[in-house]
Amino acid sequence: MKIVKIDKTDWSAGLQRSRESYRLVGPIKGENDDFAGIRELGEGEEPDLTATDTVLSPKSIVYPQSEIMFEYTTDKDSPDANLLIRPEKNYSPCAVVGIRPYDAAAFLLVRKNFDTPEYRDPYWCDAYEASTFIGLAVNRPDSTDFSTSTGSGPFSEKGLDALLVDTGDHYLAKLITEKGEAYVKAAGWKTEADPDTALKQIEEMKAVAEARISSAVAFENIRKKTILELYEADFWEDIAFSCINCGTCTYLCPTCWCFDIQDENRGTNGIRYKNWDSCMYPLFSLHGSGHNPRGTKVMRVRQRFMHKLKYFLDKYDDGIMCVGCGRCVRSCPVNIDIRRVCDIMNSYGTVENACTV
Amino acid sequence: MQNPYQPYPVRIDEVIDAVEDKSLKTFRFVFLNPEDEEKFSYRAGQFAELSVTGQGEIPIGIASSPTEKGFIMFTVFKVGKVTSYLHNMKAGDIMGVRGPMGNWYPWDSLEGKNIVIIGGGFAFTTLRSSIVYMLDSANRSKFKDIHVIYGARMPGLLLYRDELYEWEKRDDIHMHITVDGTDDPDWKYNVGFVPTITEQKAPSADADTCAIVCGPPIMIKFTLPVLENLGYSHDQIIMSLENRMKCGIGMCGRCNIGKEFVCKDGPVFTMDQLSQTPREY
Ligand SMILES: Cc1cc2nc3c(=O)[nH]c(=O)nc-3n(C[C@H](O)[C@H](O)[C@H](O)COP(=O)(O)OP(=O)(O)OC[C@H]3O[C@@H](n4cnc5c(N)ncnc54)[C@H](O)[C@@H]3O)c2cc1C
Ligand code: SF4
Ligand code: SF4
Ligand code: FES
Repeated sequence: MKIVKIDKTDWSAGLQRSRESYRLVGPIKGENDDFAGIRELGEGEEPDLTATDTVLSPKSIVYPQSEIMFEYTTDKDSPDANLLIRPEKNYSPCAVVGIRPYDAAAFLLVRKNFDTPEYRDPYWCDAYEASTFIGLAVNRPDSTDFSTSTGSGPFSEKGLDALLVDTGDHYLAKLITEKGEAYVKAAGWKTEADPDTALKQIEEMKAVAEARISSAVAFENIRKKTILELYEADFWEDIAFSCINCGTCTYLCPTCWCFDIQDENRGTNGIRYKNWDSCMYPLFSLHGSGHNPRGTKVMRVRQRFMHKLKYFLDKYDDGIMCVGCGRCVRSCPVNIDIRRVCDIMNSYGTVENACTV
Repeated sequence: MQNPYQPYPVRIDEVIDAVEDKSLKTFRFVFLNPEDEEKFSYRAGQFAELSVTGQGEIPIGIASSPTEKGFIMFTVFKVGKVTSYLHNMKAGDIMGVRGPMGNWYPWDSLEGKNIVIIGGGFAFTTLRSSIVYMLDSANRSKFKDIHVIYGARMPGLLLYRDELYEWEKRDDIHMHITVDGTDDPDWKYNVGFVPTITEQKAPSADADTCAIVCGPPIMIKFTLPVLENLGYSHDQIIMSLENRMKCGIGMCGRCNIGKEFVCKDGPVFTMDQLSQTPREY
């Protein structure tokens, strides 16, 4: 394992050097932005490493909220009439600098959906494959972070190509993949740290950061119960009671991936595009006949939590569809907390649960 | 791997009024690029996304049979945005077809069995595909007795009427066509709801019999107990589901019943499988 020491005085220059071969993406709060977000950085912009905890997750880097899939003309006189043509898009190498470890881990979960043995979503996959993820370890996780119990964590390397650790006057960059090495090389950061001392320092900082995390979820019992047992459980009305179906939780979640496809026309020209969608909305599942298999709010709230905490767990046997970033907990207007829901589901029907009733 | 959202371009070859009230039309498509026909290799029971440029896409069961070459066929009920636009399109127009999608009726395990097909209303499209497939001279010997119970509200609303009447004349398929009611004095077939006719005409189940059931929810609701009484176990009853769809390839997230996606893991499920999933269809 190679660890490179980056003096903060050489940080900006390195970023600039890397731009010769990479587009840069990172957290930033622009002058007109209400809050920081992760996006492609323009000339002279640098990732703001104090603002990595973005309200919206960085999923839009790979999976924009709205993305054109095809362009077309319906003009009958055109030789291409009604044919769908995928537009050119820039898939040149892109470095995502300052992403949080749990957000990088989220891409691995979402990849299971978009890159399957049968089908490959080229929009998601092409953008993902063009990206190099340079994460920044979280030294001071906040109170809604429960990432360690989901298989990620403040210093997790899952889904990252390199992990930066902020030690004060320099960064230690742990190079995890060849992509990560290539980026650090392109940035011209060459000073190798003594691996033993550096690793020890990183491990110590990691232990301190993990110790700060005070909440956790457990899902061992969820695994053991059948889908129908949980689906038919009596607690869903209670959980969903205050939800206003605003969809906020799904939009800012790094692991929510549902989308809609629409055609939009201007005269005889048009686009077919993908939009983020949400299982919280009745239109999501409404049939043309008027029938809606998830016609009530309770059914939709149940769908969201069952998908994240049970269906995904059963389908891939690789944990839950949540990295514990805490965004939905912080932004839900009525304080619905996935940690509590997970706990209710996990303890449903067990002895402890029976005693409290 | 090819872009799974890219439809094959097709030309509408023929548009046929499928029922007397014109609420259903049958579309025959020909692939613009002949090599696409081979790529679109399908089994009876699968569906495809019909792509109407500028309007959107709709999942529709494939009504033609894999044994019919040179075209593919779909029968579409006029419901909303895309289906209404499609109903106004004409032979010669260019559009797209994406697929084939989903699983199919379990043909490999159905071989050597008696097959009972039960359909109602316009949910007869992939059943037509199945019947044509089984009756093909290369396939007929693979199956034992074939029974078909198919009903509509009145004679003019039966799909593929000409074919139904032809099949009635054959001796290698037992047809039980029915209507809820008719004032046509020349009506030669059954009168009665599908569950009732099933009770009267369907063979009792033995280990070698399977039923394939497609129809409106009310028909399904009353047909299932009849089949249970006739001795069909839940893994001998096969159904095809519908849910709202967009991607058709298990990615957009809307069509699931539990952890199964109707578009990719279905649309064909046995009653046994369905009894283990939430009833979100
Ligand atoms: C596997 C499968 C097979 C089908 N086979 C047939 C068939 O052979 N013949 C037939 O007439 N109909 C069939 N349907 C139903 C048909 O897909 C809908 O009637 C059609 O999508 C309605 O589209 P619309 O734009 O006219 O309606 P709108 O209500 O305007 O719908 C807008 C969009 O919502 C989606 N949508 C709405 N209703 C449904 C629905 N029930 N199922 C899936 N998506 C929906 C579509 O993306 C549609 O474009 C099938 C559905 C499924 C899932
Ligand atoms: S953010 Fe809260 S209120 Fe809004 S849909 Fe999600 S759970 Fe419901
Ligand atoms: S469900 Fe909530 S905590 Fe989990 S990844 Fe999504 S936004 Fe983060
Ligand atoms: S239609 Fe998109 S997941 Fe089934």
